[in-house]
Amino acid sequence: MSVDYEALKKDRAQEWRGNLRKSMPAKERTQIERVKMPENEPLKRNKNFNEVNNGLSEKQAIIEAKRCLDCPTPTCISGCPVNIDIPGFIKQIEKGDFLESAKILKDTNALPAVCGRVCPQENQCELKCIYNKMKKPSVAIGHLERFASDYERNTGKVSIPEVLKSNNIKIAVIGSGPSGLTFAGEMCKLGYEVTIFEALHEFGGVLVYGIPEFRLPKKIVKAEINSLEKMGVKFVKNFIVGRSAGLDELKDQGFKGFFIGSGAGLPRFMNVPGENLVNIYSSNEYLTRVNLMKAYKFPEYDTPIIRAKRVAVIGGGNTAMDSVRTAKRLGADRAMIIYRRSEEEMPARIEEVHHAKEEGIEFLILTNPVEYIGDTEDKVKQIKVQKMELGEPDESGRRRPKPIPGSEYTIDIDIVIVGIGTSPNPLIPQTIKGLDVTRWGTLVVNEETLQTSIPNIFAGGDIVRGGATVILAMGDGKKAAESAHKYLINK
Amino acid sequence: MYKVIEKRVLSENVAKLIIENKRIAKNRKAGQFVIIKMGEIGERIPLTIADADPEKGTITIIVQKVGTSSHKLFNLNAGDHISDLVGPLGQPTKVENVGTVIAAGGGVGVAPLYPIAKAFKEAGNKLITILAARTKDLIILENEMKEFADEFMIMTDDGSYGKKGLITAGIEEVIKREKVDMVICLGPAIMMKFIALLTKKYNIHTIASLNTIMVDGTGMCGACRVTVGGKTKFVCVDGPEFNAHEVDFDGMLKRLNAYKKEEETSYSKYLKDLK
Ligand SMILES: Cc1cc2nc3c(=O)[nH]c(=O)nc-3n(C[C@H](O)[C@H](O)[C@H](O)COP(=O)(O)OP(=O)(O)OC[C@H]3O[C@@H](n4cnc5c(N)ncnc54)[C@H](O)[C@@H]3O)c2cc1C
Ligand SMILES: Cc1cc2nc3c(=O)[nH]c(=O)nc-3n(C[C@H](O)[C@H](O)[C@H](O)COP(=O)(O)OP(=O)(O)OC[C@H]3O[C@@H](n4cnc5c(N)ncnc54)[C@H](O)[C@@H]3O)c2cc1C
Ligand code: SF4
Ligand code: SF4
Ligand code: FES
Repeated sequence: MSVDYEALKKDRAQEWRGNLRKSMPAKERTQIERVKMPENEPLKRNKNFNEVNNGLSEKQAIIEAKRCLDCPTPTCISGCPVNIDIPGFIKQIEKGDFLESAKILKDTNALPAVCGRVCPQENQCELKCIYNKMKKPSVAIGHLERFASDYERNTGKVSIPEVLKSNNIKIAVIGSGPSGLTFAGEMCKLGYEVTIFEALHEFGGVLVYGIPEFRLPKKIVKAEINSLEKMGVKFVKNFIVGRSAGLDELKDQGFKGFFIGSGAGLPRFMNVPGENLVNIYSSNEYLTRVNLMKAYKFPEYDTPIIRAKRVAVIGGGNTAMDSVRTAKRLGADRAMIIYRRSEEEMPARIEEVHHAKEEGIEFLILTNPVEYIGDTEDKVKQIKVQKMELGEPDESGRRRPKPIPGSEYTIDIDIVIVGIGTSPNPLIPQTIKGLDVTRWGTLVVNEETLQTSIPNIFAGGDIVRGGATVILAMGDGKKAAESAHKYLINK
Repeated sequence: MYKVIEKRVLSENVAKLIIENKRIAKNRKAGQFVIIKMGEIGERIPLTIADADPEKGTITIIVQKVGTSSHKLFNLNAGDHISDLVGPLGQPTKVENVGTVIAAGGGVGVAPLYPIAKAFKEAGNKLITILAARTKDLIILENEMKEFADEFMIMTDDGSYGKKGLITAGIEEVIKREKVDMVICLGPAIMMKFIALLTKKYNIHTIASLNTIMVDGTGMCGACRVTVGGKTKFVCVDGPEFNAHEVDFDGMLKRLNAYKKEEETSYSKYLKDLK
């Protein structure tokens, strides 16, 4: 996607923006300290599932918005995978027009309340903010994005994007994660009749089954889905494409174009001896029980979860961090991350690692499990781990961990959660003949158009990228909608 | 929402439900299952599709009450609705003409065995059906199963009906008498374990359908994993049927008990709330 700098320039040249810029000298703006997100106290919040971050107040948001210099060439935009008009929405906040700000966000991003919360901003938009060049903390773009969209939702004045008159062309979307939702919204705007098919009993993909309530309240995802419903997108749950019905059956029902956003939901295990012992979970199982099935409210809800005192989570990504913080909230005295590289290499967001530490999570870095040991009932009771050291960089540029011989020791444990990553679920490639697949199980697409090897099927998100991010999945949904539209009208 | 069209109580703890779902009725094959969730607070539980009527657009499930969720299902009546029902899940049974087949079912395992046994009969096999239960009242689907079996036998632990003894005794009797090409077993894990041990001795190919704990049923969580032939398999997508001689039944049995304490808490709360 390329940035339309001309349009941005025109917006920036508007009188009110000029006046706003003049209202405070840049020097003064850069003297303002970056806002601090109000957070619940670590040692209280680690016992409940309420959201950790409380959001900015109107006053805080306006002050933070003043920090943004409304740069003539806003470098921040190039850091955002969907190229949100960042100064555009921030200046509306400074002006006090929060609803207009939310509208600008919605123009490019269907789920701003989600992205404002879970985007790895520190590596994206905020990394490219001019403040970094001045060796100062960047404008808090994510916090402001969250502020504007929360404001809109809370006032109940949610703007529903305009939709063109129906062209009667039926489109099927497989999977209701961020890529599918975005694709559906874009196609709906263009006048297509869009139906989303979702295997589970709730819509949202990882946003509802993976990311915990304390980071992303489910009511926010629900609100976004309601907006799409209002636009005219049809939602069908409990429908597994490839099982409930095959693609051919959908074609027979008149669907002309398809988008696969089925994600990367297959949990990986390490094949360490003892991995199938009782009380060893995959992160997916643990988080699904707690988030989707609300096992944290057991026995009010029927799905159980083991509440344990000593919990080890294997891995260093967002999934692992979410699991360990969940375990802490379910009453663990000792909740620890076991990660084979060092903290610098951890793929999790910095904010999450920081929050985890505040909440009392232990980090055992440069450590790797080599065996799980069970009791007489086959319940895991110990992990045997090995210390690691970092060697030469591997293909990913990260230094490869090497085991240190003779460094093994055991840790007493009640449950283990394996959170080392996921792979694409093979069901779709297996049941749709003619789809090209890489050796990692991801779908092969044309990078420009996101078209698969079958012309009327497009794909994006984790099924194409492996485990990536919400915003990249959304970017794919958007890009795929553009090219699907081109393809379908030229046919 | 999916409507319950008909309900019949088969024994004290077992009921048959006919539920509306056109798509599953049309697309399901023998050996596949569905996941049912009842209401906002419900959990997702797997149940075999015992039968289906594509014309009427209905599927049949047979449920045995063992805990909260199965009891909730057992208590439904014609006209009630089920909020979530997804399927068909799992790999269908590989039905072949192999010669002589023993279909061995224990307890509520008879329900899922029904469509599989029928399919093997229709494929031209000689079908010997053996049903077993602790006691007479727990035998289900006797007439339905008898209808198409070439030979039919009942075993009860206490001898209150059919022959007295364990199902393995019944199977061994047949094996000693004639050439058996394949055994299909379905029932409690412990029963399948002993059947597998027996048929291994005689080197008879044996298929077991596994009933592990599940959450999503789509291959997403790994709750259902078992060790088969030294490798980790997901019952919901790789199974539910496996070569019984390769299944680590001991591991599976223990994983089935993972939530024993929580299940009891939930069930006693449920029974209390019922009153
Ligand atoms: C625990 C966890 C925490 C994360 N934290 C962050 C974070 O903080 N920030 C961030 O940017 N990213 C994060 N990610 C990554 C991010 O969530 C994913 O990259 C993103 O959700 C991928 O979106 P997607 O559209 O590809 O599909 P998914 O969100 O994976 O959704 C796919 C959907 O498709 C459905 N489906 C699959 N197969 C079928 C089928 N055959 N028929 C019908 N439906 C089907 C699935 O049930 C699922 O609902 C996290 C991931 C996890 C697991
Ligand atoms: C592929 C598959 C097909 C199945 N088909 C049927 C069917 O046709 N009819 C039927 O009645 N049941 C069937 N089951 C079993 C059924 O899913 C469980 O009985 C049910 O989930 C128990 O839930 P609950 O809340 O009532 O009991 P819980 O409170 O969860 O458990 C109570 C007791 O049942 C045992 N149990 C728990 N889960 C299972 C399980 N999956 N299998 C066996 N025992 C279990 C527990 O160890 C415990 O002793 C099937 C299971 C699978 C995996
Ligand atoms: S969507 Fe993400 S990357 Fe883009 S501006 Fe918002 S927070 Fe930054
Ligand atoms: S680079 Fe930073 S200061 Fe400049 S427009 Fe973007 S957010 Fe504002
Ligand atoms: S039930 Fe979740 S992977 Fe099988």
